Amino acid sequence: MAFVRNQWYVAAYSAEVGRALLARIILGEPLVLYRTSAGQPAALADRCVHRHFPLSASQLDGDTIVCGYHGFSYGPDGRCVAVPGQQRIPRTARVSAYPAAEQDSLVWVWIGDPERADPGLIPRAPWLDDAGYTTVRGMEPLAARYELLVDNLLDLSHETYLHGGYIGTPEVADTPISTEIDQEQRVIRVSRRMDNAACPPFYAQSTGIGGRIVRWQDIEYYPPCLYVLHSRVAPAGVLPRPDGTDPDGFHVEVVYAITPSTETSTYDFWAVARDFAPGDTDVSAFLHDSNRTVVLQDVEALNMLERVIAAEPPGTQELSINIDTGGLAARRMLARLAEESACLPAPVP
Amino acid sequence: MTRVYRIEWVPGTDRLRGICHCGAAGEAHDPVSMWQWLLAHPAHPAPGDLRPGTA
Repeated sequence: MAFVRNQWYVAAYSAEVGRALLARIILGEPLVLYRTSAGQPAALADRCVHRHFPLSASQLDGDTIVCGYHGFSYGPDGRCVAVPGQQRIPRTARVSAYPAAEQDSLVWVWIGDPERADPGLIPRAPWLDDAGYTTVRGMEPLAARYELLVDNLLDLSHETYLHGGYIGTPEVADTPISTEIDQEQRVIRVSRRMDNAACPPFYAQSTGIGGRIVRWQDIEYYPPCLYVLHSRVAPAGVLPRPDGTDPDGFHVEVVYAITPSTETSTYDFWAVARDFAPGDTDVSAFLHDSNRTVVLQDVEALNMLERVIAAEPPGTQELSINIDTGGLAARRMLARLAEESACLPAPVP
Repeated sequence: MTRVYRIEWVPGTDRLRGICHCGAAGEAHDPVSMWQWLLAHPAHPAPGDLRPGTA
């Protein structure tokens, strides 16, 4: 499937973008990210126009990147402000500047026509920057196409088999799902409600619940980049109150940003935000290490799957069953977005 | 009208039930043919026309 351009993608966590130059490749485009002295994130093409030296391997001077090879200097808008040894700056001496926005402790960049970049289109993950939640997070590079991670996250029945002993129990694979495509809001929802399930170690140790649980998994996927799993666990029989409040439930917002790097590699940003045990460093360390282990189990599986798929002849058929309803919905929406993106008129040079 | 397409797993069976935003509903044995039926809106095939699909 083609990349979906003219979209916002998570390039980094806010904490990663500072006064050091950060290199990321997004949708095949090399970017350098930094923060201006006014605190704004900036994203430029990571290649000097002169001899294509990576600007990320250069130096910041104030808000200007000075190329580490011959000193071409670029402001945060991508315009070259100085070249070595001469007064005249060539008219074409500029690098692309990417619209960048910071929201919910994430730095988003717009890949596509800058004129179409509307920060109002960025999907929200407010828990990541909410004082009422404690968040652990990480990023694992994936040597696989991003579609494999979308497939993986839209069908959580794999938890039972790939993540047993961490987050998987038999009930996950055994419980039917409901799936929605909302064309206007551009979101796919997959819901799995388990009324009486074993409590996996991930939740037993972090919440202290000893017996069986109510476990709800409500997924919202905002193609192409943002995925949120609203996870609610509580002792079996304990439900939200009739007025909608839920003081007896434990809530975890599991957020993924799925950012394609190249056609066969992906940035797998993951975060786990909880509304219980606030600030408890032991719980944080446990959830961080457990979720990272789970993510690395996915990474190992998907890297292997990428190698298998890459070696298959074109048109090799898969078999889809009921558990794939959400993943197939995501594929359809991504294909539609890619098609729409390809049909947009090219920007005027 | 919001354009929400919904697929439920019929309790106790292996069948899927699709509900279109227009109110049309149909059943299928696999998600590929279920989505094809739903996303054919407004020209939903008759229930007997549902065929197993491939991904």
